[in-house]
Amino acid sequence: MHPEDLAEKAAQFRAEEAAIKREVRVCMAASCQSSGAQPVLTALTEICGDGKGMCHVKGVGCMGLCSAGPLVAVADKDCDLADSVLYRDVTPADAPDIMQSVCGAPVERLRCSTEQPFFARQQRIVLENCGLIDPDSFKDYVAVGGYSALVKALSEMTSTEVLREVTTSGLRGRGGGGYPTGLKWSTVAKTPGAQKYVICNADEGDPGAFMDRAVLESDPHRILEGMMIAGYAIGANKGYVYVRAEYPLAVERLQTAIRKAKGAGFLGHRVADTQFSFEVEIRLGAGAFVCGEETALMASIEGLRGQPRPRPPYPAEAGLWGCPTLINNVETFANIAPIIRNGGAWFAGIGTEKSKGTKVFALAGKINNTGLIEVPMGTSLRDIIEQIGGGIPDGRAFKAVQTGGPSGGCIPAAHLDIGVDYDSLKTLGTMMGSGGMIVMDDSACMVDVARYFMEFCMTESCGKCIPCRAGTQQMHGLLDTIAKGEGTRADLALLAHLCEVVQATSLCGLGQSAPNPVLSTLRYFREEVEAKLVGE
Amino acid sequence: MAQPAPLSTVRVVTLTIDDRDFSAREDETIIEVCRENNIPIPSLCHLDGLSIWGGCRLCMVELEGQTRLFAACSTRVTEGMRIQTQSERLRSYRHTILELLFAERHHVCAVCVSNGHCELQWLAQKCGVDHVRVPYRQAAYPVDSSHEMFRIDHNRCILCTRCVRVCDEIEGAHTWDIMGRGTDCRVISDLAQPWGDSTNCTSCGKCVQVCPTGALVKQGTSVGEMVKDQHFLPILARRRHAQ
Repeated sequence: MHPEDLAEKAAQFRAEEAAIKREVRVCMAASCQSSGAQPVLTALTEICGDGKGMCHVKGVGCMGLCSAGPLVAVADKDCDLADSVLYRDVTPADAPDIMQSVCGAPVERLRCSTEQPFFARQQRIVLENCGLIDPDSFKDYVAVGGYSALVKALSEMTSTEVLREVTTSGLRGRGGGGYPTGLKWSTVAKTPGAQKYVICNADEGDPGAFMDRAVLESDPHRILEGMMIAGYAIGANKGYVYVRAEYPLAVERLQTAIRKAKGAGFLGHRVADTQFSFEVEIRLGAGAFVCGEETALMASIEGLRGQPRPRPPYPAEAGLWGCPTLINNVETFANIAPIIRNGGAWFAGIGTEKSKGTKVFALAGKINNTGLIEVPMGTSLRDIIEQIGGGIPDGRAFKAVQTGGPSGGCIPAAHLDIGVDYDSLKTLGTMMGSGGMIVMDDSACMVDVARYFMEFCMTESCGKCIPCRAGTQQMHGLLDTIAKGEGTRADLALLAHLCEVVQATSLCGLGQSAPNPVLSTLRYFREEVEAKLVGE
Repeated sequence: MAQPAPLSTVRVVTLTIDDRDFSAREDETIIEVCRENNIPIPSLCHLDGLSIWGGCRLCMVELEGQTRLFAACSTRVTEGMRIQTQSERLRSYRHTILELLFAERHHVCAVCVSNGHCELQWLAQKCGVDHVRVPYRQAAYPVDSSHEMFRIDHNRCILCTRCVRVCDEIEGAHTWDIMGRGTDCRVISDLAQPWGDSTNCTSCGKCVQVCPTGALVKQGTSVGEMVKDQHFLPILARRRHAQ
């Protein structure tokens, strides 16, 4: 297939709905569904009926402002979120009023401004289709330019050119480590092997992180497109998406996407009538956090116990079933299609010197606008929390923000003006992680926070290596003693020593980074910890 | 089980370990070179003849020019590598890891059938572990005496998985496996059934011989009577590979 054929197809899909002028979009992502979006969609659909052929109601993906759900947007066809009339906290009883407003004045009592910083300050690349298209519709995706990057790559670019664009873009792995994606891809491409694999890591397990879930639920075709471009670039014909079973909606939508893409000839044998073939299979995780670690994830796909093995050999050399394997996170793959469409140089123009592009963050905790945001790298934490996040509720003061989940750490108020990128967070003793941000107000006890994350690591340790298995248990015990006010200076010294040993000797990233929340608490809130010791 | 991919043309490299020069094949791991040359390096999960595991983390060494530590059992040697196996930092970490092991389950030597013949006990003596700074956990774990010849006492298990590997890789029965997570991990026979009910256990006893502690023992042994013999393993493993 030639890009022009695809463009024709997209135009045809748009023409089919040319009569429709106005759209009512109901967020049907997991968060809005849990606050009752399904009855709202049913009520709206019922009232709308055929909409005289001019208006229709559709379920879409995540609009971001999860705290205000269920969200409903009324807009002209092809208008994005910023130009729509957005309604918050909608109930089925509001349906008649909303349908009235489609051709009339907005319902002011439900109105949610799209001019507020939460929407205005974002730059959406990964989430560009989220909240606009029906995730179950192949036509919707193609109509907004979907699969054009894949067709462009397959018909007009060599695999080397694809690799060059990805390298030029400066994209770094969005799963946490920030390894340069172009370097990873070209390593796998250069490793000899008749059989290679592409794996999409969707085993998002950090507490308070839900970026990957939202992308899979809102725009699943984009992940398939990214994986196929990767497959073409490295010479792989088989891909696996490893999704945690706790994301049933994401799995369902991904399955639908795979089925529809196959039916349309955009997946499987001879993708888009080219010589390239690519199959994708879904593998479900069984609830182990450690399976987000790449070697454990691959063991799990192979049907073995999900536990890490020593590296090297790295997956690029000997991965799934011993074959060269490329493994990237959901958000990384979601960035690929725009990079191929617009060129690597375009992407490299966004962000900071060493961290390019945008990053999706999940805002959670004590913050007014909990939800999903996408901002350019380098945006300051203060902007994210005070402007986009809308500040701390109940007039309380900000205390710390936790980034990077159980592998990261807390950042105190003194460092709020730092621009967020991989390297700046590292200098603060935390890490980007997958993008969860948990905001804490002045009522939070930092020892409790450290204890919580240590408990998480302790229960999620696979038990293979001694420092992680027994060390996290002992560190949790010491934190528990300190939190109860029964700890001594000797306990604190022992805790610091255990942090050092576990960090230096553990087998995989889970153990090596398990002490991070404790270390960052000791770095920024030492006085608070010491005040809890016996006799202080 | 993860085994580094074999290299097609193997070269010989020279390297230094604790400031002494050695030569080695480049497909050898650091621990193999150390064992060959009688350089003591502590380890509880590695055993000549079994696949690489990398779980006990006692064999961590320092490499010149690298800030992080490397496990000697799962790191191949390279030309010009400069290895330190003994340093104050390594000694301190090994000491702590052994303490963590002793505090995890019930390792009471005085009443153990392996007393005096236990690898964990020897290592503790060599590394000077005479006290434990972390609190003893000592949760109660089961003891399975259902097998007519052998017994498994999970209280003395350190989860090194030598038994799992020898059963799978050498005997070919794969009776043993691991269940659970973290400190709740347990070695299980078949699908967590009593050992005596296992239909695929061949009662060969290899698991008992390779077990470094008193977790897997012969029935009817009393304190200090359980002496193990692991000499069969490298010979058997090499014959298998030669075939």
